[in-house]
Amino acid sequence: MAKLIPSPPCAGLLPKTIGSLAIREVDVGPITLIAPFSGGGSATSDVLKAEFGFGFPSPNRALGENPRIAWFGLNQALLMGAACPALPQAACVDQSDGWVIVCLEGAKVQDVLARVVPIDLRAPVFKQGHTARTLVGHMHGAVTRMGDQRFELTAMRSMAATLVHELERAALGVSARSSQ
Amino acid sequence: MRLNCPICGERDRREFYYKGDAVELDRPDPNAGSEAWDDYLHNRDNPAGETRDLWHHESGCGAWLVVTRNTLTHEVLRCELAGANTQ
Repeated sequence: MAKLIPSPPCAGLLPKTIGSLAIREVDVGPITLIAPFSGGGSATSDVLKAEFGFGFPSPNRALGENPRIAWFGLNQALLMGAACPALPQAACVDQSDGWVIVCLEGAKVQDVLARVVPIDLRAPVFKQGHTARTLVGHMHGAVTRMGDQRFELTAMRSMAATLVHELERAALGVSARSSQ
Repeated sequence: MRLNCPICGERDRREFYYKGDAVELDRPDPNAGSEAWDDYLHNRDNPAGETRDLWHHESGCGAWLVVTRNTLTHEVLRCELAGANTQ
């Protein structure tokens, strides 16, 4: 078989700095969607805890750094950065090539996100370790707070260019206004 | 309009997809007869007041919700999971 060259979703699009906002792609490694079967939540959580030190996350929460796991919808979570262990009580699907993840960092990151994400991301409400499935521009996606001025956005890989375009527009708007 | 998703919390209406009357959850018995099935498939009330509808939280957790709201006052009274949370 031919040797395939890996191509990141945002190749040629990122990294970029607009105003004070740095946008870069994050390569989290393998991504597995874990959906515990009916009644299989605690058994799945136990295996994950033994393997990685964190269990299955409760809604709107992300656990761990690298590897990490983020809640990703009703009874679903994305395990990122590690091969998925055998989980007999859950459906596990390799989605490593299915998602694009970008990191946004800068003093105005919340102002930029306020233009594309319709939920309250301010620190007292949306703390580190919080994640949410929501809209990113016109797309279904997810947003996770990684630090005081750092967020990660997840969107479908096929929409990587759209994601970058939406973020560029929002960041340009914020930087144009703040320089006046 | 904002809906209070039992999983995600209060979210904007644009995250949700409207399906229709929650009567769809009460599927009649296969032998219930043509009248019951006619009602189930085709006949809908158009109430001025409380109505129960199915909504899908498509941009959020993906849950199907039963939303009870008042069509006269636009008040959202309840927002519940249509299915069981199996964990």
